Amino acid sequence: MSLIEVKGLKKSYGDVHAVRGVDLQIDQGEIFSLLGPNGAGKTTTVEILEGFRTRDEGSVSVLGFDPQSRGHESRLWRDRIGIVLQSSADAGDLTVIETIAHFSGYYSHPRDVQEVIHSVGLTEKAGALIRNLSGGQRRRLDVALGIIGNPELLFLDEPTTGFDPEARRAFWSLIQKLRSDGTTILLTTHYLDEAEALADRVAVINNGLIIEVSTPADLGGRATSQATVSWRDGEATKSEKTDNPTTLVAQLSASFSGEVPELIVTRPSLEDIYLEMIGGIRE
Amino acid sequence: MNKIPSAVSLGIRRGGLEIRQFSRQRESVVFTILFPVILLAIFGSVFKDTIAPGVTFSQYFVAGMIASGLVNTGFQALAITIPLERDFGALKRLRGTPMPASSYFIGKAILIFASMLIQILLLLGFGVLFFGLEIPTDLAKWVTFTWLVILGSTCSTALGIAFSIVPKSGRGASAVVSPIVIILQFFSGVFFVFTQLPAWMQQIAAIFPLKWLTQGMRAVFLPDTFAAEEVAGQWELGKTFVILLVWLVIGIFFSVRKFKWDRD
Repeated sequence: MSLIEVKGLKKSYGDVHAVRGVDLQIDQGEIFSLLGPNGAGKTTTVEILEGFRTRDEGSVSVLGFDPQSRGHESRLWRDRIGIVLQSSADAGDLTVIETIAHFSGYYSHPRDVQEVIHSVGLTEKAGALIRNLSGGQRRRLDVALGIIGNPELLFLDEPTTGFDPEARRAFWSLIQKLRSDGTTILLTTHYLDEAEALADRVAVINNGLIIEVSTPADLGGRATSQATVSWRDGEATKSEKTDNPTTLVAQLSASFSGEVPELIVTRPSLEDIYLEMIGGIRE
Repeated sequence: MNKIPSAVSLGIRRGGLEIRQFSRQRESVVFTILFPVILLAIFGSVFKDTIAPGVTFSQYFVAGMIASGLVNTGFQALAITIPLERDFGALKRLRGTPMPASSYFIGKAILIFASMLIQILLLLGFGVLFFGLEIPTDLAKWVTFTWLVILGSTCSTALGIAFSIVPKSGRGASAVVSPIVIILQFFSGVFFVFTQLPAWMQQIAAIFPLKWLTQGMRAVFLPDTFAAEEVAGQWELGKTFVILLVWLVIGIFFSVRKFKWDRD
């Protein structure tokens, strides 16, 4: 069943055509990642799905609801979604637990406050004023506020920007746990390794259009692309692209009679494929 | 069917949270609540003249300060702090939750009303102790006072929320809002006796709520004989009520229709 259905979505700002006909279908229970360079139409698309922006053309259904409607129906809809924005802060005069407990009061079926604090790893900081949190801790608070309402659908916008590697790993396992609880997640990220680790499917958007939707492993024909085998031969490093790396390695092994010096077999990373798809431009 | 909390109950919860948040911001507490008291201390000590039989300027000034406190704590504070909240992204985050806009507005109204009450108590205390202010004994005057504070505070809240859409950023908000408030105070007879101002100033002031609030507060705190000294020769309480109500409706209209949750 599709939780999100987008057909022919268009949005312009004056002469700038930010989104030029996007189709998307996101299924229940999956982590779907939207990838694209800055200015590709990523944020506009997500903000339309979140009900923050209106569209010019096309149809959008999120949990069976049109996000740009207003009124009581829209409150009931917001009760079922969670949003973690790219940057949000506040004066920070409340404690972590005060803030989360307050937000839990907005929802009909909130999660347990203590449990949420624990799941984002802020138990130690529950009584601390928000102004005294580090950047990464604030980000985890943002996530806590996004999931306190026990959402069926969670929007995550660049969730791990500014995290150290350890915090990112901890965050990833939190997201995976949410999925295993049945939460559908739409993730936008700049980090390709993050998309690869988390996403069931990824979509690449550029110039306001979706270029491809696929699993991270299959994107851009990655699974069937040629492998690169490299090794050291005397002074020189040699490398060869091949469809049959195993055969090549076997031949090399025979010619070196055993270990091949500095042997590496690689396939293009998600990042390589992605950069090729968006035309090699990286910001 | 989902049962989500009502807008009013969420508004009350937000009011509690706003008060808690505000009470932890020492600078704003001092500035917003104590500033009128400091002004009173200065003006009350400098100008000791009697402006009419039995009425000193400091008594006149206390009435004006209570009225302008309604504008400072409500209109000015909100028109400056809401753009800041918007810059921080705090408003956008709220927009993404099922909390309705009306709850946010109710929360602000509760915060303003609470800080107004504290400020009024301080001003009255200082006025009585140091500047010869007489607390009215007539019940009718207290009735007038009550509706003036409630209507004035609500009106000021609504207009502050509505005006928060004008400043482009939180940083610039103070520069846009403060001059308006200060000019209104001069024009509306807070710092000077209203009837001594040029007629054109009086006419401009008569469009805005502050002039009517100050006049209303004088009706509460000055002897009834002073009514003859007013421009119309009377307190004009009925007219004051209607004008404040009209501004309240204007404020609510723009707050509901035009409120900006996001920077762009």
